[in-house]
Amino acid sequence: MTLTVSDLSVARGGLPVLEGLSFDLPPGVAVILRGPNGIGKTTLLRTIAGLQPPLKGTVTGAEDQVAYAAHADGIKLTLTVAENLAFWTRVFDHTGIDDAIESFNLTALRDRPAGALSAGQKRRLGLARMLVTGRPIWILDEPTVSLDSDHVRQFSDVVRRHLEGGGSALIATHIDLGLEGTVLNVGPFKAAPPPIDDFDGGFL
Amino acid sequence: MSIWEYANPKKFLATSEKVMPALWVLSIALTVGGLIWGFFLTPDDYRQGSTVKIIFIHVPAALMAINAWFMMLVASLIWVIRRHHVSALAAKAAAPIGVVMTLIALITGALWGQPMWGTWWAWDPRLTSFLVLFLFYLGYIALWEAIEDPDTAADLTAILCLVGSVFAVLSRYAVLFWNQGLHQGASVMRAGAVAGDTEERVSNVFATPLFVCMGGFALLFLVLVLYRTGTEIRARRIKALLARERLEAEA
Amino acid sequence: MIALLLRDLNLAMRAGGGFGLGLSFFLIVTVMVPFAVGPETELLSRIAPGVLWIGALLACLLSLDRILALDWEDGSLDLLATAPLPLEAIVTIKSLAHWITTGLPLVLIAPVLGVLLHLPANAYLWIFVSLLLGTPALSVIGTFGAALTVGLKRGGLLLSLLVLPLYVPTLIFGAEMARRGASGLSTETPMLLLAGISAASVALLPFVSAAVLRINLR
Repeated sequence: MTLTVSDLSVARGGLPVLEGLSFDLPPGVAVILRGPNGIGKTTLLRTIAGLQPPLKGTVTGAEDQVAYAAHADGIKLTLTVAENLAFWTRVFDHTGIDDAIESFNLTALRDRPAGALSAGQKRRLGLARMLVTGRPIWILDEPTVSLDSDHVRQFSDVVRRHLEGGGSALIATHIDLGLEGTVLNVGPFKAAPPPIDDFDGGFL
Repeated sequence: MSIWEYANPKKFLATSEKVMPALWVLSIALTVGGLIWGFFLTPDDYRQGSTVKIIFIHVPAALMAINAWFMMLVASLIWVIRRHHVSALAAKAAAPIGVVMTLIALITGALWGQPMWGTWWAWDPRLTSFLVLFLFYLGYIALWEAIEDPDTAADLTAILCLVGSVFAVLSRYAVLFWNQGLHQGASVMRAGAVAGDTEERVSNVFATPLFVCMGGFALLFLVLVLYRTGTEIRARRIKALLARERLEAEA
Repeated sequence: MIALLLRDLNLAMRAGGGFGLGLSFFLIVTVMVPFAVGPETELLSRIAPGVLWIGALLACLLSLDRILALDWEDGSLDLLATAPLPLEAIVTIKSLAHWITTGLPLVLIAPVLGVLLHLPANAYLWIFVSLLLGTPALSVIGTFGAALTVGLKRGGLLLSLLVLPLYVPTLIFGAEMARRGASGLSTETPMLLLAGISAASVALLPFVSAAVLRINLR
């Protein structure tokens, strides 16, 4: 399933931040989003994930195909690692959490309450969630925050395996993941402020 | 030419500024004239004495308290369906006026009720409904104040207004069911019509100045809404300009 | 959907889940009332149905901001919104979980607390039935309020201000039904109206709450 973004403009808090973005994300490919803080990468990812409507343009092929990982991991602290994953497995109607647990080196932590995990361990649990969704298109927002270098490598391996299996990934990151993917710098797509005398519609 | 042209903020400001001076004069003239007429140029009621004259504030305020909510409902619907920002801002502008009208109706009602029924407050259906309406207004205004993003605030308050209206009507019937009260029925509308025979009817001597007052209050509400909507539009514009300036500074 | 319901119930049972909080609050309110109004049996028995209703309503109100705010804070709500479940189903499940963890225990405990307030003998059934019919509406209306205030810091007080006026019809019909039952009058009309409000709220409000949540998530 190819994700197609065409002429997309996105807004944050009613202000346009990025405009005129077009790209394809075919199976087996990773697109790495780059750009300075505050340029609107998160807004773009949320729009593609379907959490907010685009200002202009279209996103096709995303519906019921994407798994989204945000800055917050959505982990319930009183549930164990296995329980957290099992919940998302059932929500996405998928099976098996063992592969996800092994892939992110969580076997020893399996029955520990998520509240007792360190920040990096929580992150690994959050990323392991992607595997139990069974969705082909991964949308990852700064996935490597608080991961140590070994686990960054491990994460890259998991993504590579996902791509080889016909999946695709859209990743916003500031570090080099060692992935062979298309790099998309969103800097040039920064939205120009609207003309000052345009006093209609959105007051902008 | 379509009526929706006035949904353009610029056009709205230009037009409202043109009509507002005349509306100010007319509304103040009617309100003041009606009140003077009502207070000084009508006889005392044979039963209620001069207390009856509070009717000239009480009834128009109560009328506008309900109509303001109704106007907010219509404006919210327009925002939800057609997404004209002016409409959302008009609803926002009307709410504080509505709540003041409700408060005036409640207070004058208490002042009137004391000599007439011997009590400041009774859990009468009409009074209770107004109290509930007052609470609805407070919630609506508080929600507008609490949300930072103006479009989100407009959306959420519009939905609250629509859902609130349904529940307000339900409350009205619930309250009627709960207690049949002291308050006389709405007697004004029947008043001007036929020279009647029931005692509870508002007699013609009072009816004419009362209608003048109601007209004055209605116009006053209209002009205040126009004025406050204009303020809201400008406030929104300033916010937008500041945001735009931040964007440019970043670039 | 079942998974979400089970998770919410599971979370409510564990430490810090807040299960039993509403129940304890209900108990405390009921115990405080005689301290405030005096111990006369006759007076207490007359006001008992109303006190039980207002106590249940406040206990319900107390736990409303947990319905969605917890999932909002840890990011689960974003992730759930991108899951295969429709948002309408999510808010319905959330309301249901709230009812099971708060509403249902209140319904069950109310007759017991009625003893403390000298509830008339023939009123036990009616307080139970009226709360059973009314609490689902309280949960669903509360979820609507929670959806409205989910993105706000310290939205709890605002939530109460928004939700209480919406509770008026439910409270009036529910308490009226219990009162009429207590004094041996016919309860049919308020019962039908209360059931009607509950049914309509449960059927329609989840759609509105989902729309509100969608606006808040964007």
